[in-house]
Amino acid sequence: MNRKLPLGDKVLDAFVESRAAVSVLVVALGFACGTVLVLAVGRNPAGMYAGILQTLSGWDLTRGTWNARYIGEWIATSMPLVLCGLSMAFAARTGLFNIGAEGQYIAGLTAAQFVALLGPGIPGLHWALALAAAVAAGAAWGAIAGALKARFEVSEVVATIMLNYVAFFLSRWMTGLIPGANTYRTPDFPLTARLDDAFLRSITNGSRLNIGLWFTIGSVLVFWLLMERTRAGFALRATGFNREAARAAGISVRSATAASMAVSGAFAGLAGAVVALGSFSYGRVLGGLDNYGFDGIAVALVGGSTAFGTAAAGLLFGMLSSARPLMQSRGIPKEIALIISGLVVVFVSLRAAFKAAGDLMAARTAAAAASTGSENPEIEGGAA
Amino acid sequence: MNDDYAIEMIGITKAFPGVLANDRVSLRVRPNSIHALLGENGAGKSTLMSILFGMYRPDAGIVRVGGRDVTIRDPNDATALGIGMVHQHFKLVRAFTAAENVVLGAEPRTKDGSLDLATAEERVAALSERYGLDVDPRGRVESMSVGAQQRLEILKLLYRDADTLILDEPTAVLRPQEVDDLLGIMRRLKAEGKTIILITHKLREISETAERCTILRRGRVAGDVDVAAVTESDLAALMVGRNVDFSVRKGPANPGKVVLSVENLSVRDDKGVERVRDLSLDVRAGEILGIAGVDGNGQGELVEAIVGLRPAASGRILIGGTDATKATVRERILLGVGHVPEDRRKHGLIAEFRLDENLALKSFREEPYSNRFGFIDRKATAARASVLIERFDVRAGEGPATLAGSMSGGNQQKAILAREIDGAPALLVVSQPTRGLDVGAIEYVHERIVAERDAGRAVLLVSFELDEILALCDRIAAISRGAIAGIVDAADADERRIGAMMAGAADPGAPTAAAAKPAAAAKPAAAGRSAGSKKAPATEKSSGGSQSAKATRKANFTKNPSGGKRRKNAGNAGEER
Repeated sequence: MNRKLPLGDKVLDAFVESRAAVSVLVVALGFACGTVLVLAVGRNPAGMYAGILQTLSGWDLTRGTWNARYIGEWIATSMPLVLCGLSMAFAARTGLFNIGAEGQYIAGLTAAQFVALLGPGIPGLHWALALAAAVAAGAAWGAIAGALKARFEVSEVVATIMLNYVAFFLSRWMTGLIPGANTYRTPDFPLTARLDDAFLRSITNGSRLNIGLWFTIGSVLVFWLLMERTRAGFALRATGFNREAARAAGISVRSATAASMAVSGAFAGLAGAVVALGSFSYGRVLGGLDNYGFDGIAVALVGGSTAFGTAAAGLLFGMLSSARPLMQSRGIPKEIALIISGLVVVFVSLRAAFKAAGDLMAARTAAAAASTGSENPEIEGGAA
Repeated sequence: MNDDYAIEMIGITKAFPGVLANDRVSLRVRPNSIHALLGENGAGKSTLMSILFGMYRPDAGIVRVGGRDVTIRDPNDATALGIGMVHQHFKLVRAFTAAENVVLGAEPRTKDGSLDLATAEERVAALSERYGLDVDPRGRVESMSVGAQQRLEILKLLYRDADTLILDEPTAVLRPQEVDDLLGIMRRLKAEGKTIILITHKLREISETAERCTILRRGRVAGDVDVAAVTESDLAALMVGRNVDFSVRKGPANPGKVVLSVENLSVRDDKGVERVRDLSLDVRAGEILGIAGVDGNGQGELVEAIVGLRPAASGRILIGGTDATKATVRERILLGVGHVPEDRRKHGLIAEFRLDENLALKSFREEPYSNRFGFIDRKATAARASVLIERFDVRAGEGPATLAGSMSGGNQQKAILAREIDGAPALLVVSQPTRGLDVGAIEYVHERIVAERDAGRAVLLVSFELDEILALCDRIAAISRGAIAGIVDAADADERRIGAMMAGAADPGAPTAAAAKPAAAAKPAAAGRSAGSKKAPATEKSSGGSQSAKATRKANFTKNPSGGKRRKNAGNAGEER
């Protein structure tokens, strides 16, 4: 908007544009309800906030100690959430509902594990190849649904849900074929495939924080640049808002759809690699879903499907997840953190309802202002 | 005075930001009568009825029902006062039966408190019988025709003991036979003691059913007349007020070489019905070719085929001599096709985009709006937007950053024109360019179109407003059932001749029999049109529809004192939506 502003203000602007103020309010409301709940079960809410503080800053008020590992764990936990949130958000901005981030995540995770175990053990190159393979696999998995939608008008919702199962069982079967794999794990990855980073590990006192951090930050920036600043993003956003008008303007809705799902899948695929090579030292034969893909839906929703909003929402959900054991150690039922996450999502949905109500009012006013003889304002508003 | 009126609305004033929708409007409806509320789009009819039905509160004014002052806070209050409204868009549960829909919210119960469906069906059947509504209580809404759904809506009101029924443009969604049925039902309702307020802008419905008619114009009462004492053209004159000057100052055309050539084109609609049949026409640089016709005669499909939104079933489309029959929308834009679409909100603009983004919707791929690395230069798009806003007099509160959806229809249309003209097209395809616009915007849009012609562009203009066609075009092609019935020079054209061709007469020239009997043919006009606009398979009806549309028009024109082509077509106002 106002491009004379300093960078800090620009970032702030971006947040305001994503209705960040409302989001913060919604989150605060979630915590307020959580507090009431804690009181209701007869515990001291201070324990909850102490747990959260420890997650965010590393300060343990009970013992009066400081440990940076908590911060590292929080950020490491948030990374796949942010990436899967970006996946969901990217598709959403193009008017698509990608429920398949879970499947694309699995595709990426599986590809990363294969390259990690079978790829060339060259330091630096090995993990890079694994990440690239994961991104490609996630993109390909997303592109399948995108192509089905673009070519045959197959609902991406149905296609991605089904592809989640295909990805899951395909991953199990294929990973089981790796020499030395048993029913739940493969042999250890070579060290060259791990995303460990001595520097990040040292400043966070041995946490799981890894190179994935840079790729997560990079992904947020790529999302923002691609969506807000490029021709491709312009076409995708136009398609997302109004397919018909985009088509009439000469934008190929079909390729926008396929491309959007592919990019969406790429983010989820990267998330798979970050988890596989960052948090584990061996390949997993998946016994269940990691659920990062599904959590990404909530992350994108809370983040308003913008790059920075999604990043912030991912950090919030990561925080709640990391704080759970710390709260529990202070006598707070660990379900409280889950309830707060749930409440935040509910309130965000309510925000959408508030907005819809606002739009309805606006539409009524507009309809009445135009006072078109044939339009029934109430119905018009309802349709809008 | 007190007992004389079923409904009295006195001095109603209602303002919305920037618009005085109702300005001291008074409406008095006698009990057991059919009272028409007539006015063009935007005249304030809907606002007034929304106030009566409790959806808006008036800023000033009194509402009396049965002689008592009342305050109607919401539709429940209105219902309690015996006022019911049938909206244009029905409020029915599609998966429910008629009876279930009717009793929904006021269900009869058995002794144990469960839904007494048998009683419900009985009551619905009895009401249906009494008022001749022909509604099957057990029929499901999803399998009902539009007309049956509308009768069901009426039945819902009767079930709730409504004495006064507000019908909001009830015939807009109906087919011709259904219109006649509905008018019959209205008379029956009146015979059974009900009072009906009919919102419409179709004159024939008024003259056939109503006793009194209140005419609104720009938020004010323009007249309150006894229908029997006036003619349809009197009503039209009251509705339109001063005759809108549709004439455009323009010099003679200098046609150049052929820019658009359509050869034996056939186009099918989404259902596979052939809507354009073996159609051929040429448009030359520096001329405006008008497509005159009643809505639903293939204009939409023709335009979509020309701009590339719909494939041609057969035939060829040449743009600037290049065969573009199979070209994509984008390729045609690059060949020089500009398109001002009929539905500007659906095809013309992205409401959630800023104005500068909308103005760049077709040019964002090009220098200087984006660079070779694929990045958009937002300074460049905003700067261009500022220039266009200035040049095309687009009123946008926040300049280039204004959200397109927040702009008025006229300014949206100006923005679309700006974008399309800024693309310097060789061919400008313009569909219904002034629909829903106010007089000032209409004149502006017309001037721009003529200016583009004078700049050497080929212009194809599709309009359902014959006056607009006559005022703007250099040559006029009448379309009927997907085929060109004839092409005449504007100099030789008059309403009669074009009208005859629109009705499907092959030979333009002599007035036909259809033109000679205005009133009789008037009735299917409106409905034929609305059926067409809903893309119902109305092909077989369109002949009757177009014939009578023209005839209605004629009725108004011949009686209008000022004559000529200087009025906004009153009798045809129904087309606007």
